[in-house]
Amino acid sequence: MTVRPGFLQGAVWKSGPFATLGRMALGRLVQALLVALVIGIISFVMMEALPGDAAYRIAAGRYGYDMLTGTAAEQVRIELGLDRPAWQRVADWVGHILVMDLGRSAVNGDPVSHALSHQLGHSVMLAVGALFFALIIAVPTGTIAGLRPGGAFDRILGGLTVLLRALPAFLLGIILMLFFAVQLGILPAAGHGHGSHLLLPSLTLGIVLAAVLSRVVRNAVAETVASESFQFARHKGLSMATALRRHGARNAAVPVVAYLGVQAALLVEGVVVVESIFAWPGIGHALTHAIFERDVPMLQGTALMLGLGFVLLSFAVEVICLALDPRRRA
Amino acid sequence: MKAMRIAGIVGLAGLTIVTVLGPEITGYDPARQDLRAILALPGSGGHLLGTDHLGRDLAARLLGGAQITLRLAGLAVASAALFGVLLGVIAGWRGGWVDRIFGLISDSVLALPGLLLVLLLAAIHPNSWWTLYIGLSLTLWVEFFRVTRVRTRIVVASPAVEAAELLGLGKWHVLRRHLIPDFADQLLTLAAFGAATVVTALATLGFISVGLRPPTPEWGVMMAELMPSWREAPWAIAAPITSLAFTVLCLRFAAGVEEKR
Repeated sequence: MTVRPGFLQGAVWKSGPFATLGRMALGRLVQALLVALVIGIISFVMMEALPGDAAYRIAAGRYGYDMLTGTAAEQVRIELGLDRPAWQRVADWVGHILVMDLGRSAVNGDPVSHALSHQLGHSVMLAVGALFFALIIAVPTGTIAGLRPGGAFDRILGGLTVLLRALPAFLLGIILMLFFAVQLGILPAAGHGHGSHLLLPSLTLGIVLAAVLSRVVRNAVAETVASESFQFARHKGLSMATALRRHGARNAAVPVVAYLGVQAALLVEGVVVVESIFAWPGIGHALTHAIFERDVPMLQGTALMLGLGFVLLSFAVEVICLALDPRRRA
Repeated sequence: MKAMRIAGIVGLAGLTIVTVLGPEITGYDPARQDLRAILALPGSGGHLLGTDHLGRDLAARLLGGAQITLRLAGLAVASAALFGVLLGVIAGWRGGWVDRIFGLISDSVLALPGLLLVLLLAAIHPNSWWTLYIGLSLTLWVEFFRVTRVRTRIVVASPAVEAAELLGLGKWHVLRRHLIPDFADQLLTLAAFGAATVVTALATLGFISVGLRPPTPEWGVMMAELMPSWREAPWAIAAPITSLAFTVLCLRFAAGVEEKR
């Protein structure tokens, strides 16, 4: 039997880690396209549903309301092809999205992409802060509970997470705001300026994520500790801490990271809600403002950004899972 | 854990009865202002829970909100379940291109985080009960669809169904005696969770002023309105907060899967 290097056999590309990665990337690419399509179509419908003539509206945005004339509007109509049938305009609209030409805000005339680049940083900051809080709350509490399933700590934590999960994110936000900002007056209630402004929003979102995550950590740890390989590590004389670090952590981490993927939707929703409550100038805040002001290009841009962020996040989680768990590289 | 499920269902039943009887209990119109009794204490002047910052009866507004909330949750979940189960059974049974097309539609809904789709639709027609209803039903049907599709595939391929077909029993029989009993329990759980999602979403959108708008007595709107008078009347804002938490908790208990996690 001749042994050939892997890359000559060609099988690496049909199965193995690269193929799995490729399949995942393709799936997420399709998802990203679907996101763009759905958001594009809804935005288009909204543009059509707005009262008044679109050509007049755009002309007014360009030349100002006092310079608006019928001929200017007609020129806009011909230039942008607003007199063409609806299906052609839908195709055009979606085409613009695909090349990431997001247009200008209908309210202040700034390019949407310009505004987005500012907001994205803030949203990412909030999301990272939330993940940080979620992990430092969920991992220790979940591990302690998981080491003694059914114990007092586990049961108290279980009851608490049931309550926390029933609370909508914004309710938690209100409660934290009333307590820390209004009652104690130690943290700013809303806005953006220095570091402390980030604390309440990211803590709110962090607790929302931690409520579920802590249970996932607990189950993963309980399952790992009960497994034969872990019991063997203990029997050969490793201390609990060493056994957990060497044999437990990686096994327990896989379901936890996988669950973070499920929570990506919760995180994106949470960003919208929490930013709006605490007036944190990120993408979610801009989205609710755009809805309120009926600013369609801005609305489309922010929704697209959140949707694509969601896809990217899910993909990242999949890749991390693949790296952590060799069994998935089939 | 069965006790929790029963507790949840009892709580919901109680809530429904109180909501239906609402106007009889309070005797006030939720929109009627009494500017001489602003932020009145609970129990004063015949106001069961006191009044809000405009002198409107809080109990009446709370029950008005309950009516909106329960109606939306009930109708959105019912239409989502009907639609999702129907398409799921068809897709799972027929397979082939029908399955692929329905699958693609459900994937494009799932591609967006749930609330985002509702937000976008809410933007088309703001402050409208109907857009919220359509948006939430459109998000929720996917879960029903996916569960029934997978179960249908499994059940239809089972020996029991094969035997039923050999006996000459029709499709209707298979649906009634094999499919529906198979996923009935799961559907109830999905429905309870879906309803919790609707209740949360409605209040969330109301609070960040992209859902229903004042003067509608909706819980989220009420919280936003009562927030400034928190220091003078903490009981006022506590009322919608407690109602919302109670409703969502009951629904999650009724879903009866808490014991697994």
